[in-house]
Amino acid sequence: MAKKVNSPLEKKKSGVRSVTKKNFVTYLIVIVFYAVFQTLTATGHLKNAYQSLLVPICYSVVMAVSLNLVVGVLGELSLGHAGFMCVGAYCGAFFSVITKDVLMTDWLRFVLAMLIGAAVAALAGVIIGIPVLRLKGDYLAIVTLAFGEIIKTVVNVLYIGKDASGFHIAMSTKNLDMAEDGLLILNGPQGITGTPKSSNFTIGFILVMLTLLIVTNLMDSRTGRAIMSIRDNRIAAESIGIDVTKYKLMAFVIAAAIAGCAGVLYAHNLNALTANTNNFGYNMSIMILVYVVLGGLGSVRGSVIAATILYALPELFRGVGQYRMLLYAIVLIVMMIVNNGAFFVQMKEKALYNIRSGKKNNAKEAA
Amino acid sequence: MKMKRIIAVVLALALVFAFAACGKNTDDPADPTPVENNTDATPVAFANEGTIKIGGIGPITGDLAQYGMAVKLGAELAVAEINAAGGINGYEVAFNMQDDQGDAEKSVNAYNSLKDWDMQMLMGTVTSTPCVAVSAEAAADNMLLLTPSGSSIDAISAGDTCFRVCFSDDNQGIVAADYIADNNLATKVGVIFNSSDSYSTGIKDNLLTEAAARGFEIVAEEAFTNDSATDFSAQINNMQAAGAELVFLSMYYTPASLILKQARDIGYAPIFFGPDGMDGILGMENFDTTLAEGLRYLTPFLETATDDATVKFVTNFKNSYPDQASYLNQFAADAYDAIYALKAASELANVTADTAASEVGDLLKVALTQVSVDGVTGTAMSWAADGEPQKQPRVAIINDGTVAAA
Repeated sequence: MAKKVNSPLEKKKSGVRSVTKKNFVTYLIVIVFYAVFQTLTATGHLKNAYQSLLVPICYSVVMAVSLNLVVGVLGELSLGHAGFMCVGAYCGAFFSVITKDVLMTDWLRFVLAMLIGAAVAALAGVIIGIPVLRLKGDYLAIVTLAFGEIIKTVVNVLYIGKDASGFHIAMSTKNLDMAEDGLLILNGPQGITGTPKSSNFTIGFILVMLTLLIVTNLMDSRTGRAIMSIRDNRIAAESIGIDVTKYKLMAFVIAAAIAGCAGVLYAHNLNALTANTNNFGYNMSIMILVYVVLGGLGSVRGSVIAATILYALPELFRGVGQYRMLLYAIVLIVMMIVNNGAFFVQMKEKALYNIRSGKKNNAKEAA
Repeated sequence: MKMKRIIAVVLALALVFAFAACGKNTDDPADPTPVENNTDATPVAFANEGTIKIGGIGPITGDLAQYGMAVKLGAELAVAEINAAGGINGYEVAFNMQDDQGDAEKSVNAYNSLKDWDMQMLMGTVTSTPCVAVSAEAAADNMLLLTPSGSSIDAISAGDTCFRVCFSDDNQGIVAADYIADNNLATKVGVIFNSSDSYSTGIKDNLLTEAAARGFEIVAEEAFTNDSATDFSAQINNMQAAGAELVFLSMYYTPASLILKQARDIGYAPIFFGPDGMDGILGMENFDTTLAEGLRYLTPFLETATDDATVKFVTNFKNSYPDQASYLNQFAADAYDAIYALKAASELANVTADTAASEVGDLLKVALTQVSVDGVTGTAMSWAADGEPQKQPRVAIINDGTVAAA
């Protein structure tokens, strides 16, 4: 145990810690991806269909990485991660809609919306976190699942309007009691419409980078090691004086806040914001979990790559027409089997070994 | 490890869902051949080179596939007929329907794919929420959008290039209330609606408003959500307790079929009335059609109507898709009319294969307010500049397992 916790501290000969190096490779992948697609878009070489995938890929990545913090690093199964995204999305969109007419630059409004979304989602994380901390395993999974469904249901029955006398909140338009010229902002199941389209690929990229910096640095810090020790053996962690409650809550709330940011990005990418099973319901939570599991529990880079590929695949399959979702499911199964299959793992290790030894040989020759 | 086991179960479930979504799709005999082949007409020579490209978006897979497929088939039938008759302004018409699974985000992706295909005008989207998102994009691109069945108010409010064929939810709620009052169907009315669905709540809200104006009483108002759409005993008991003589089912037909069943089980038999989402209830698999006996609903399309347009549409539809007659419903009719409306407007505005999409938007948004189309869903259909159609609604009633005009 102790050895495992300390392993990231071992230094390589080059003087750069292996973990840091690994993180930099992840950052580099994201930066190169951004640079390539941003250049293609700017020069008009990227199809509209692919351009519209870039922002969704960004929030999928952010969601996967933040869920990985809970599932992979903290080791608790959360099935309601989309609920936090929903909280962030609705709060962010709500703020942007009511401040649409206020004199403010677009980016400032968006940054404020992002902060509000993150703060409220974090608050939701604390609220759900406190009872959740006493649970683990199946029970935690069920409570988080319920949380996601509750959030979805709540936003579907709420009507919020604004007129000269202030805000009106009700469970139906009839009880809203709003002046004729009032603006209905949250219209029950019809959701929020008219959110300014402030999201773009650059903002998405910045959010992904921030998420990566936060999560990788957290994992690599004293706090992160404490969180991982809880995952590996809760009793042992407690016995050496780690405050389990504190660290669990911390991981949970950070993941919730990041998911809230992803929600704000989502809300400002579409004109129509509604909550149903496929967006913000358990289907979405499970989809994000699929990204995380396929990418590898605890592997940030894996989450990034898996989320990107799995989000884009159904859209790339549009060419095959009616069979695309069938093909997607098959690809998903094949990836699940192959990714962890003994043969593939062996091949991967062999390839990595060859690359490494190749490098060494080159270095020797150069010397 | 316990965790692994849970994850395995969850992922297995996820895959089942993914397959369930496709299951409906694979039931439908795929027809990947170009639309021109759907008709038995011999190939026609077109007066001009090039094609006029019409895009379509709708849920061809997933929970709402029934609607998307109907729209797809209806539109393809119209395109095949138009091509057989020489196309639009002498140009061949190409139609490309993309899947959105009824999801706003995927709908925008589909829209962008169609833009890559150089679509000149859009017939879509089929469902309301995606339409809100896509119409915002279409308005920004000055793309002409004619939704066959996107009925929520916001679906076409994004810009002046957005139009619809069906009635808005507002209009349906009002029309339904007027019908109840005009025909003295009932004085005590109960409403059951799906609170997690914008279609349901939109119609319900307007029905309630109009009911107050027309002087009949809403004695009970009961909600359910997508997640609780299996057991309606509480709602039905409340309707019965409140003495509702007519129960308005403000929803699509899937939950309605369960309500009809559960109402019969407790021996409660009010008049059931619903919006156009009831259309297709008789075509449901394993549905006891006697349950729907006496059910009334608003519909823009009646298969049994005897006017020329309907007869031609019904005959051609059945000939072209003998195995898919269950899709012959108002969604197919809306789409069929949408394509003919686009044709009429394009001919008026002289759209060619080379007219750029945003130019088409400018031309057709004017032309659509000037045309008068005799379609399946209404005669002398015309449009106001705000995109709303002008035509009279029809009410259908189910008698002896068939749909008749009420």
